[in-house]
Amino acid sequence: MEYILLAISCILINNILLAQFLGNCPFLGTSKKMETAVGMAMAVIFVLVLAGVFTWCVDTYLLKRFDLEFLRTLSFILVIASLVQFVEMFLKKSIPALYSGLGIFLPLITTNCAVMGACLINIKEEYDFMHTLVASFSYAAGFGLALILFAGIRERINLGRVPKPLADTSIGLVTAGMIALSFFAFKGMV
Amino acid sequence: MAKSITQEFTKGLWAEVPPFRLVLGLCPTLAVTTKVENGIGMGLATTFVLVGSNILVSMLRNVIPSKVRIACFITIIATFVTIVQLLMQAYTYSLYLQLGIFIPLIVVNCIVLGRAEAFASKNSVILSIADALGIGIGYTLSLAAIAMVREALGAGTITLFGKSFVLFGHAFMPFTFMVQAPGAFICLGLMLCIMNMLGSK
Repeated sequence: MEYILLAISCILINNILLAQFLGNCPFLGTSKKMETAVGMAMAVIFVLVLAGVFTWCVDTYLLKRFDLEFLRTLSFILVIASLVQFVEMFLKKSIPALYSGLGIFLPLITTNCAVMGACLINIKEEYDFMHTLVASFSYAAGFGLALILFAGIRERINLGRVPKPLADTSIGLVTAGMIALSFFAFKGMV
Repeated sequence: MAKSITQEFTKGLWAEVPPFRLVLGLCPTLAVTTKVENGIGMGLATTFVLVGSNILVSMLRNVIPSKVRIACFITIIATFVTIVQLLMQAYTYSLYLQLGIFIPLIVVNCIVLGRAEAFASKNSVILSIADALGIGIGYTLSLAAIAMVREALGAGTITLFGKSFVLFGHAFMPFTFMVQAPGAFICLGLMLCIMNMLGSK
């Protein structure tokens, strides 16, 4: 039950994109087409779960044990960057079908602040291993949900006639605000 | 290609001002602009990291092999972010608490990596410093501008150097929507629209 509550709160209430403002660059960058949005969402789910678990282990077994917490930023970004590189190589070699789907999004994930941010939040909230796993997956799922919803709306907007100064990013941000408003209604659910 | 130092500096202030023109570094732009003070603090921290990493990347540009350059850049940036983090913890502790995880997240701010990759790795140290200062100050000013709109409408105050200035009389009802999450997106979207209108003339 506790894990279900945690999952709901991470997906809907503290949605990483719309309530915590993490990962907004790929949110606006890859949401112009449904296809790229789905690819990005899958890649984030894949990498965020792995990164969450790995950084938790690094933090608990290395940094905290030897009093090296000031190196957290440096070590986390290196863990994430090498993890992304490794995942990319592994997929290319063994699951080419998945690689061709996720391929171009994987390198972008290194500088996706949703991944790094979720890892830092896990540490800040002092989750244990299982909580980290559930929270990482739920944050990533929340990211995917918001991104895919947003891409659907954005495809529709492109069909209409948007006033010129509002075009593209500008109307995108206003739309994102409206989606954030609807997610805002989940506050007070848990 | 031969641009003067002043040109490199001033392009960051209007022509390529980061959150509006380049649409990079949006996450801190949206998250920390609930108070003017936080916006300026975040902008200055980012400027420091930008200048530091641009200098180092530009100095090492002939040494770093191009295959592993991204990893090298990220390590350099992460080092400067750690310096900023420790300095802010020591000297501006309340600001450090307010900005929270967005200080370590300067590492993944696309502006910093973007400037290292697009500019500092190809240009001399002096030009890179001018570029970093221009972009950094442009970023700080735009964060301050967004924060000013949001805080003035959302709370009716402007917070600077630990003091809050009340802008309106007692009859003013704060439009709290603006300082919450959805307001951030809509405010930035509308400001971008105004920028486009001014720019297209």
